[in-house]
Amino acid sequence: MASARSEPPDGPAGGPSPTAAGPPPGGPLEERPPDGGPRVALKILVAGGFGVGKTTLVGAVSEIRPLRTEAALTDVGIGVDDLDGLAAKATTTVAMDFGRITLRDGVAIYLFGTPGQERFWFMWKELSRGALGAVVLADTRRLAASFASIDYFERRGTPFVVAVNCFDGADRYEPPEIRAALDLDPHVPVILCDARRRASAKSVLVGLVEHALRLAGTPPPPRPWTTGADPARTFPS
Amino acid sequence: MDRSAPGGPPGPGGERWLDEAAGPIVRPYAVTRGRTRPPGEPLDLVAILVATGAAPAEPERLSREQRRLLALCRRPYTVADLASDLDLPLGVIRVLAGDLIQAGLLGVRRWSAPAAPHTDPNLLRRVLDGIRAL
Repeated sequence: MASARSEPPDGPAGGPSPTAAGPPPGGPLEERPPDGGPRVALKILVAGGFGVGKTTLVGAVSEIRPLRTEAALTDVGIGVDDLDGLAAKATTTVAMDFGRITLRDGVAIYLFGTPGQERFWFMWKELSRGALGAVVLADTRRLAASFASIDYFERRGTPFVVAVNCFDGADRYEPPEIRAALDLDPHVPVILCDARRRASAKSVLVGLVEHALRLAGTPPPPRPWTTGADPARTFPS
Repeated sequence: MDRSAPGGPPGPGGERWLDEAAGPIVRPYAVTRGRTRPPGEPLDLVAILVATGAAPAEPERLSREQRRLLALCRRPYTVADLASDLDLPLGVIRVLAGDLIQAGLLGVRRWSAPAAPHTDPNLLRRVLDGIRAL
């Protein structure tokens, strides 16, 4: 396979973007009466290597649906050598895991599961623009597969948590060991989870939003449950 | 059209295919008449669109996909939801929606996700309460 390195991430996330600055040309839509659609759509990324459980996690908390996007063939590294001069134009489609969680008040959360390899970073740039945060899903048998994602979100200033999918039969490690192995900043939560279970997947998202709240300078309100109900253990040391 | 690629024989109408897994290279853009860039500002994948309700000046010129898109957008709809529900790639939706916006048939309720939602404690608290209540 030809190696076609994608562009490194550029610039911090959350800054002014051309899309954010675009004037709404559609008239006074804000004045329309409530009509059931989302008023605010938020993005959460679920990043991780192949087979780490992204699809499972997204499917556990939302109705998962297929979503296709385009990739230049150079981005996905197919047949680059044969496409001299044409590569910039030719595209193929790449499937993402996509799920929506509709909350009250017209807030909808969109989950996008994307492969963690650098060659898919062209998708991340758009996905992480204005993202609420990211979940880096990790497998203790292949921790190195998480390095690229962690670097990416650290550099862009996107709040993220590391969720360790506890596969049956894999050795168990405690979060401090995982934190050390991943060289994580002390404030980044490491959450052990079972991506198949809805309650566990939900607690990963809760952990992410709580983390974002702490980063925003506000301590999260206390958890409504106290014992037994939380299947994941969070260690935001 | 100079978008051919190696990997298979040309199909009917000159289409060429990579393989089943990669999918068609050209075909999705047949519905956009070959254009891969939408007119105007690019729409974020969680931009929220809604039909303006205006009557099209030349309804017969709307493609089947544009009609379906407009029908869904009687309610506010995100670009990602449109792509998923219409089973078309995101880029195709952007082109089709861009034309409809220019024609005044489709409006943009929001161009993008909030710029920095992770810095908005009020929004984050609402989201936290919402997820906990699932």
